[in-house]
Amino acid sequence: MNEKEKIRAGPGLGPRLLALLSGVDRLELEHFEMEIGDLEIFVPVGFGERPAPAAPVQPVRPTELIREGFSPAAGTYPGVIREVTLGAAKKDGGSRGSTVVIGGSTAPAFSSPDRLPPHPPPIAMDVFDMDISLPKALKAAVADVVNDPAEWARMNVDRFGAELVTVHLMSTDPLIADRSPREAADTVEEVLQAVDVPLIVGGCGDPKKDAEVFTEVAERASGERLLINSVTLDMAEAKTLEGVAAAARDHGHVLLAFTGLELNSAKELNRRLYEFLPPEDVVMDLTTVALGYGLEYSFTIHERARLAALMGDAELQHPTISASTNAWAAREAWLNMDPVYGPREIRGPVWETCNALILLLAGVDIFMMMHPAAVRTMRDIRTWLMQPDTAGSPRYDWASTRI
Amino acid sequence: MVAGKQQKKSIKEISPIDVYKLLPKTNCRECGEANCMAFATKLVNGEYTIPDCPPLRTDEYSHLLQELGDLLAPPVKAVTIGTGERAAIIGGKYVLYRHDFTYHNPTPIAVDVTDGMPEQELVERIKAIEGFSYQYIGRTLTLDAVAIRSTSGDPGRFAAAVRTAAAVTEHPLILCTLDPAVMEAGLSEAADRRPLLYAATEGNWQEMAELSLRFGAPLVASAPGDLALLRSLAATLTEYGISDIVLDPGTFPDAGFAGSIMAFTMLRNAACASHDELAGFPLLGTPIAAWAGEELSREAVQWKETYMAAMLLSRHADLLIMHSMEGWALLPQLIWRFNIYTDPRKPVSVDPGVRTFGSPDGQSPLLITTNYALTYFTVEADIKSAHLDCYLIVADTSGISVESAVAGRYLTAESMAEALRENNAEALVDHRYLIIPGLAARLSGETEEASGWRVLVGPKDSSGLARFIGERWPPKDEE
Ligand code: SF4
Repeated sequence: MNEKEKIRAGPGLGPRLLALLSGVDRLELEHFEMEIGDLEIFVPVGFGERPAPAAPVQPVRPTELIREGFSPAAGTYPGVIREVTLGAAKKDGGSRGSTVVIGGSTAPAFSSPDRLPPHPPPIAMDVFDMDISLPKALKAAVADVVNDPAEWARMNVDRFGAELVTVHLMSTDPLIADRSPREAADTVEEVLQAVDVPLIVGGCGDPKKDAEVFTEVAERASGERLLINSVTLDMAEAKTLEGVAAAARDHGHVLLAFTGLELNSAKELNRRLYEFLPPEDVVMDLTTVALGYGLEYSFTIHERARLAALMGDAELQHPTISASTNAWAAREAWLNMDPVYGPREIRGPVWETCNALILLLAGVDIFMMMHPAAVRTMRDIRTWLMQPDTAGSPRYDWASTRI
Repeated sequence: MVAGKQQKKSIKEISPIDVYKLLPKTNCRECGEANCMAFATKLVNGEYTIPDCPPLRTDEYSHLLQELGDLLAPPVKAVTIGTGERAAIIGGKYVLYRHDFTYHNPTPIAVDVTDGMPEQELVERIKAIEGFSYQYIGRTLTLDAVAIRSTSGDPGRFAAAVRTAAAVTEHPLILCTLDPAVMEAGLSEAADRRPLLYAATEGNWQEMAELSLRFGAPLVASAPGDLALLRSLAATLTEYGISDIVLDPGTFPDAGFAGSIMAFTMLRNAACASHDELAGFPLLGTPIAAWAGEELSREAVQWKETYMAAMLLSRHADLLIMHSMEGWALLPQLIWRFNIYTDPRKPVSVDPGVRTFGSPDGQSPLLITTNYALTYFTVEADIKSAHLDCYLIVADTSGISVESAVAGRYLTAESMAEALRENNAEALVDHRYLIIPGLAARLSGETEEASGWRVLVGPKDSSGLARFIGERWPPKDEE
């Protein structure tokens, strides 16, 4: 029984959700199976014509609605988040068929329909260069391609609509397979050939090894405007930051500056990077923690960073990224729990979805995600948020609706 | 619009001196602080509330009480729903951003029942609402209220449903019908329960206002998608003599949800930044509206309701009404609500130090973890359920979890070596093996150097501890 079948055999999930969860079908709305055909909406009638209640009319009480207006606070902010372009097309020295621009916000995220961010936050989907242990719900959709990063990348783009692909070069970890920078760069080249969206290239977290790998990758993928994920203060300490930053500058890439939930560190790292390359080539990762494991720290650090940036702190005026896949670190996302909490096949993607959406509201500009259902939901909501329906949707009277 | 609020200071601008001036200044210590100034500092910091100074509640100081109340009044009014121990306070927010102070009064989550349900089903659903819980960081997270909707539109049936519900639950009640006659019938059955009335609209506000006053029940002003009308209703109801008002700017499913998120944000911004008193009421979010939106499979609607609730919790909803009782839909809400209502100035942490489990001896394993409360309680629960005899060193990582602590350098080789020394680990055990969290594997070599102890890399998740200890303990010296 493969993973997909296991999910199908799982407890009572409807076909629409199964499709969403396994990510294998691209059902359009009109094909959805309707299960609540008997949904009725009752419009209450007649209360307008009812005679006024017999209660004594006190002259001070209004008998007509007092008309008021609403003018949203016109607060403007002196700061603007820098715009960073990821990926480069042929004419710009790369080979990408599409590129994305992130950043550019002039107000807190989605705080008013008049001050929307100029670019919809794009979604990158993860690819690993080795068969790592993934929660079952994640593996289900990609089981056939986990040993082939190029195929995996293609599936992310063609099937799940990824706008970027993140290649995690996990196998370079000295504690895992210690693959060489050359082999890692080969992998990146393969993926560059397989898909034409911009790439994010992730390392293994070892400040020395990552520097070697990133330097090699930067050179081999010269001009592609990769997002190099990531550079850290640890690298500065290990004296390897300089080499990576110089390689990114010389070969036209963008650096992701990673710090752990601390704005002073974020500013310090950015200052070091400005010595090598323009601020328009820096994106920040302030750390995404899983829901239930400290997501509130991530939420608040992103709100604080964004507000400080909009108030004029130039060292924080960079777009931010969230590794929302980190949501899967929460036990609630992958552990078998008491049945009252539902099957993990749905708890997992729900966790990733909520994690990402919460940080979308905190101002994050680009997301690294994994589960197709979470990606699809993010895309829907992003579309709605970018075109808020200010005219007002039809009123749904939930109070009297039979469910 | 009511003037005079423009001069009001926000909570961040109020100094302890401002507060001190309005205290009795007797330094009587009844509050438990050494003097009034110390109390003032903590009061303005949100660590105390006004009644914590008992003398203020005496007639002698009633003028101060009034002034202090005005000074410290939050820009979003607090409204109480229900009575007795389970009464819920909603709103009472001081700030737009959590990091500016802290959010008060965690959003109660109500789940619905209807007057279309057979009595038995209604009672069982209420029992299920009351019974749903989740253990998290040593706390029990639960649902908080019951919303009774009239799907029948029939006063008699609504009255019967409210009567039944009021008899079986002490939870606060929310009565949902736009028909004043139906509302009156239901309200009469819960007259002494202070239920929240949903809702006064442009069409029925006068009759709903009468009911609200007559029964002393808080009232929702509802104007979906129309903030001007919402403010109009708030102004009118205020003028009518109603002070306990809750605002419903409308929660639209699907594409309309974007407008809802922004409406919530603009209202709260108006209340906190522009001191707009008509926006300064608690906000009602209704993820249940997902069920009246596009017709999809039940699970797809539940999925929608789930993310709507999580987003509304993040954007100022002070009360939520939901329909889904599925654990996977409720779990993220209960946890996220707990999280964002913690004080951002204080990490949720436990005291560093050594914890002893079972009856360990000199040969027992020695483990180390961080002092983030969730990490600690998770590890603790796993050690206990595996019946391990061991020592656990809780390192001071400023309340940050392992993964983030390693990334942010709150947990380092040096800090682990320091924790071993500080806690006198050499006296605890005869061996020199330290088991570190799998997520700190990267630090193993450096830690051996810094501490002189051998390091065993434990499992990434403490649920694997039992197996790990079973297979790897006592350690076989490889070299
Ligand atoms: S109880 Fe009140 S009057 Fe007495 S010391 Fe405390 S603040 Fe001052």
